[in-house]
Amino acid sequence: MRRYSAKSVCQGVAVGTIYVYKKGQNTIKREKVTNADAELKRFEDAKRQAIAQLDQLYEKALKDVGEVNAGIFETHRMMLEDEGFNEAIRGIIETQLVNAEFAVARAGDHFAKVFADMEDEYMKARSADVKDISERVIRVLSGQDREISSFREPVIVVAEDLAPSETIQMDRDKVLSFVTVRGSANSHTAILARTMDIPALVNAAIDDLEAIDGKCAIVDAEEGTLIVEPEEDRLREALDKQERLAQKKELLKTLRGKETVTRDGRELLLYANIGSLKELGGVLENDAAGIGLFRSEFLYLERQDFPTEEEQFKTYKTAAEIMAGKRVIIRTLDIGADKKCDYFGLAKEENPAMGMRAIRICLSRPEIFKTQLRALFRAAAFGKIAVMYPMITGLNELQRIKAIVREVCDELDAQGIAYRLPEQGVMIETPAAVMMSEELAKEVDFFSIGTNDLTQYTLAIDRQNEALDDFYDAHHPAVLRMIRMVVENGHKAGIWVGICGELGADTTLTRTFLEMGVDELSVSSGKILPIRKIVRDYP
Amino acid sequence: MKTLEYVITDPLGIHARPAGELVKAAKDFRCTITLEKDGRCADCKSIFGIMALAVKKGNPVTFTFDGEDEEEAFRAVGGFVKENL
Repeated sequence: MRRYSAKSVCQGVAVGTIYVYKKGQNTIKREKVTNADAELKRFEDAKRQAIAQLDQLYEKALKDVGEVNAGIFETHRMMLEDEGFNEAIRGIIETQLVNAEFAVARAGDHFAKVFADMEDEYMKARSADVKDISERVIRVLSGQDREISSFREPVIVVAEDLAPSETIQMDRDKVLSFVTVRGSANSHTAILARTMDIPALVNAAIDDLEAIDGKCAIVDAEEGTLIVEPEEDRLREALDKQERLAQKKELLKTLRGKETVTRDGRELLLYANIGSLKELGGVLENDAAGIGLFRSEFLYLERQDFPTEEEQFKTYKTAAEIMAGKRVIIRTLDIGADKKCDYFGLAKEENPAMGMRAIRICLSRPEIFKTQLRALFRAAAFGKIAVMYPMITGLNELQRIKAIVREVCDELDAQGIAYRLPEQGVMIETPAAVMMSEELAKEVDFFSIGTNDLTQYTLAIDRQNEALDDFYDAHHPAVLRMIRMVVENGHKAGIWVGICGELGADTTLTRTFLEMGVDELSVSSGKILPIRKIVRDYP
Repeated sequence: MKTLEYVITDPLGIHARPAGELVKAAKDFRCTITLEKDGRCADCKSIFGIMALAVKKGNPVTFTFDGEDEEEAFRAVGGFVKENL
């Protein structure tokens, strides 16, 4: 078994035989000619033929991958007709009296280098297009105009590099995956692979292409690896993964864009949990109706000093803009002594879960809290941001939060800085907050039940302690009864109640939650569509 | 001679596709049509030239039309620019 790491440009898993694709050998010899006019005519003829090929490719691509992606071949045609490029080729033939192949190669290298030297990543990648068009003309000139082999069996195509014209000529039913040693995420091959939805890897660190030709292999574009001659259990694993991905894709197709509404017409707010901006891709992919829990800790972790207001503002604003009017619930700082965050200077604690954490830090050190609130309120002017406070036990904390919120608003007003006061809610994650939920509900816009901490505090069981597994019951009636109580108290005051802990994503409980009247579930992106399916089948 | 000052609004700037379309719009006019960015110029009839300027969103650029059919070119190419770039 050999394993090569690579960069994934299109997700998925493929299992099959490797076909190593080699370009025709085009070592171009410089040959002296006596008749420049004859050579110029050879070039013009070859160019005309190359343009005809590009027109055909355009037609094929139009059918296979759509107009936007087919546009590359129109662009190639224009490059081939570019006056400067043609002038350069004619000039080389006329002044140096050399063969057309050599002149085209020289001019092609020159223009490819112009792009390769540009700073912009997109423009850099265009040098491959210039090489592609000059190689096309050279192939016509040298009579090497071979077809790309059509494979009998579906294969994993592995190549040093693939030109877009080569990618598109391959029969898509016969290509399981593309793997290239070079290439970039911006290359057209990567773009085409994504359009064709074929798992693809670039930058694969393969030293000897010949050695892997014809071998059985796994392309795992989820992990970014190519595994040649895998062991049997690894192979079985890959096939399982492929099956799971196929099912997921099917679900995506049928449930994306659908509403999360029960048969009797009740809508559930189905939101996603995220821990950084990077995860927004998955949120959109899985069609969440909003963000139900945006953990703001990532802004504070793995750094030497507090994030500035500006830095936080930009992050929150980006999230609000990307979600474009959908609700984005951001939880204020939830850090404690168990998280590595030295610059906070927190004292070591015997029991961090019950110590100086979350809102307790924010209320003890209001300067940290105020910076975050300022950033949040300013960002709220750019979208539907909501703010949620963690680790609340009763009205006392809420009153102190409200006093600070007022100060922040006054300061922003005095400074003439634009902001909007967002919706504000609290996490219900302590048994005390459950018992106080009737009173708390009158003071906030929503509740979000954090079942992880609520379960651990209610059962007095540390979930990290494996020795207690026997005593731990994720569906303990005490916790479920608490959830019901919170929902009832929330509804009495006219606010909505959601669940953002792990229990919310437990599909065996979705129907129970619907029956209780839970208004919102916030889950990891991958769980959105499976839950949507259950809701749409309810009751 | 006619000139058109313009700020690029296309989020991707003048990448390969719009560069190609600009050439298509410009190539049938007899007058010279020049695109200038930060003192560097390109012939609007050359896709390589335009792309090599690497024009991005928000860049101010100037188009210059010079020659017998400059009026028509100004209207047609100028219209294309405002609509597409």
